Amino acid sequence: MLPKGFLKFIVRRSLVLLTSLIIAVYISIMLANFGGLIDEMVKADLLTTITMNIRNNPAYAGLTASEKQKIIDTLYQSALEAKGLNTPFPIRSLYYLKDSLTLDLGKALYLTSDSGSKQVRLIIMEKLPQTIMLFTTVTIINFFLNLLGGLILARRYGSKIDRIVSWLAPTSVIPGWVYGIFLILVFYTWLHILPPGGMVDYPPPKDPFLYFLSVLRHMILPMLSWIISGLFLGLYSNRTFFLIFSTEDYVEVARAKGLPPSQVDSRYVLRPTLPSIITGFSLAIIGSWSGAIITETVFDWPGLGKLLAQALSLPDPPVIVGEVVIYAWLLTLTVLILDVVYAFLDPRIKVWGG
Amino acid sequence: MSRSKHAGGFRNALKEVFSYKSALIGIAILLLLVCLSIYTIITIPLPEAIHAWRSSEIWSKNPRNAQPEWIEIFYGKKLPRTIIVSSKGINASETPLEDGKRAFSLILFFNYDYEDFPPEIIVFFNSSYSEKLTIDVYWIRPDGEEIRLKRHTLRRPDDKLYLSNDLGLELQLERLVESKIGKANFTVTVERGLFMEYSKTLRVLKGRYGIRFESVLNAGDTLEAEVVVYGLVYGLAGTDHLRRPLIIGLLWGTPIAMSFGLAASILTTVLSLIIGTISGWYGGVIDSVIQRATEINAVLPFLPILILLTTFYRIDIFVILLSIILLNIFSLGIKSTRILVMQIKSYPYIEAAQAYGASNLRLILLYVIPKIMPPVVPAMISSVPGFVFLEAALSFLGLGDPFLPTWGKIINDAYTHGALYKGFYYWILEPAFLLILCSVSFALIGIALERTVNPKLKEL
Repeated sequence: MLPKGFLKFIVRRSLVLLTSLIIAVYISIMLANFGGLIDEMVKADLLTTITMNIRNNPAYAGLTASEKQKIIDTLYQSALEAKGLNTPFPIRSLYYLKDSLTLDLGKALYLTSDSGSKQVRLIIMEKLPQTIMLFTTVTIINFFLNLLGGLILARRYGSKIDRIVSWLAPTSVIPGWVYGIFLILVFYTWLHILPPGGMVDYPPPKDPFLYFLSVLRHMILPMLSWIISGLFLGLYSNRTFFLIFSTEDYVEVARAKGLPPSQVDSRYVLRPTLPSIITGFSLAIIGSWSGAIITETVFDWPGLGKLLAQALSLPDPPVIVGEVVIYAWLLTLTVLILDVVYAFLDPRIKVWGG
Repeated sequence: MSRSKHAGGFRNALKEVFSYKSALIGIAILLLLVCLSIYTIITIPLPEAIHAWRSSEIWSKNPRNAQPEWIEIFYGKKLPRTIIVSSKGINASETPLEDGKRAFSLILFFNYDYEDFPPEIIVFFNSSYSEKLTIDVYWIRPDGEEIRLKRHTLRRPDDKLYLSNDLGLELQLERLVESKIGKANFTVTVERGLFMEYSKTLRVLKGRYGIRFESVLNAGDTLEAEVVVYGLVYGLAGTDHLRRPLIIGLLWGTPIAMSFGLAASILTTVLSLIIGTISGWYGGVIDSVIQRATEINAVLPFLPILILLTTFYRIDIFVILLSIILLNIFSLGIKSTRILVMQIKSYPYIEAAQAYGASNLRLILLYVIPKIMPPVVPAMISSVPGFVFLEAALSFLGLGDPFLPTWGKIINDAYTHGALYKGFYYWILEPAFLLILCSVSFALIGIALERTVNPKLKEL
């Protein structure tokens, strides 16, 4: 049974975050509309829909072009009114805000989803699982790898491997996408053993198991690039962090009592450092959302980032605005989930108010 | 808080930083890059660099996608440089014919002692003519053999003759080679047919080659020719798909990357420090507004917003810098600054200063910020690489400054033109190497600084 204070905390955080999200999305809309861009986008969308409807409607087939145009104009005007598009911008922007928050993101100019839809929401939602599959997975792998490695190194402080890791720590300033380029050069161009990009072989294997294997093969290089990029600094900072905590008196006492090192680690080192570790993890997850944009472009991985790069090169403004909104949602949800986890782990918050 | 004590502390801190080997390496690399930047700015003025980088015309006599010259070490043989022979200063023989016409003959000689074939041969003509001008082109090999290459009619006064992708010529040379050595077990391209030794194994015949032009000129006609035998290697850094020398972009990338990274990190750090201080110092409404702003900033997707801005507005590197700073100053670091300031606020020396009537501004700038600045410096230096790579990433996505040549742009060019798949390693590795050099140097210094500032880390 969850304590009342805990629930209260979550409700309060959700409200705060939701407010932040609303303001963040509103800021994005304002930024995009400084040049009147969203207005044009929405209006163009309306006009094409109406024009297409009239043109394809057999009831109007007998009319002359100018008569048709007249009907289109009147319909367009009334549609503008219905959508609140002829209101002044401050009010109009609220309509946009509502549409964005409810993920009614309009239609793309050029891009289509794999199922053939031009709905920005569908296009984006189709790509979301791919991004999560690759980058959330690798962030979690990195997290545990660095945590365990850090613990081991802290125990073997001063050893050769510890010194090597400390020396290699600065290599982690090189982001994953740069390592990605190197990995493609080595494993594709030079050795020819792994695919340089994409998510699955072409043509995709029919057998689900082979399909799975093919996807896995395509995931190796992008994941490796992020693992290498995060490894040494991650190990180094975790190890330093644990070392600082393991010089605390209560840890010395635990050791003096003769507890085995693994128990000392889990009970006396890991436990009190957990909140900070979770913070690090949440920052990594948040960072992974934007880091994925470039890595996906390098590896041609069909996720949110690649979509954004595509929308950028066309350019397809509705998709770009839609992506900003989706990313804002993702960030909000990430922060909320991690807040909950944090609250769950930190006894001060759990007891607080309960 | 006397000045001398302060300076002494600073000197000690510096001394300590210098005692780390990693910091020394970092500083050495950094100095090297600074020297390179200064050299670049002095020798290639920016407008010149931008002009050179953006015009493809002036590089037409450079090889396309040539590797850097030092790559020879790995091949173990002498690779061809670009050879340009011009008819300027060489007298063509002209014999008068009837009705004012002249028989024109011009031979251009050049030495070829490289161990590989050139990738491309182009003849640039410069002429003036009243009627059609037809030129016969002959090839003279070092052994004295002469091959008639083709008859070319000029389409315009500055016409070019592309020998390399001439299929008819290729067929002709293939037959010639077959008549000499029988069926070859390699494909005979134009360049191979012209430069090969007539033997079963494919080898370059070194020596003095000549190319002869013959024509009949009308009265008043002039004809000049320039033969360009393109090389496989070029200069220190090679060339790209537009024949531009990469060295210009690589050199100019250095000051741009360094100043961009430094400006972004210093301004972001200092501004967010000030905002955090204000938040902690004043408290109340100001504090809660700033706290809400950081929360909103946390859910504003940084890179997508930056992409949105750069697509919708025509922007240059300063606007990019400004947007990056604005999107970064309300970062999470503000929270820790704020808590620190709240503690410092109750220190006796602050109270003493308040007692003599010091203004808030004076208190913040002279007493609070200097107190909280030192721990922030290492983080500031360590954040430089992130901004350097951010600029590269934006350029990689095609969002950088439209005019400046940057490392990220070179990587983008290389990537979009298939350098990864065609094996133009140098094209990607050179800018990547510089990016890494620059960022690792800052990281090395940052980590060492962190150790000197944080006493807990010192022994570790």
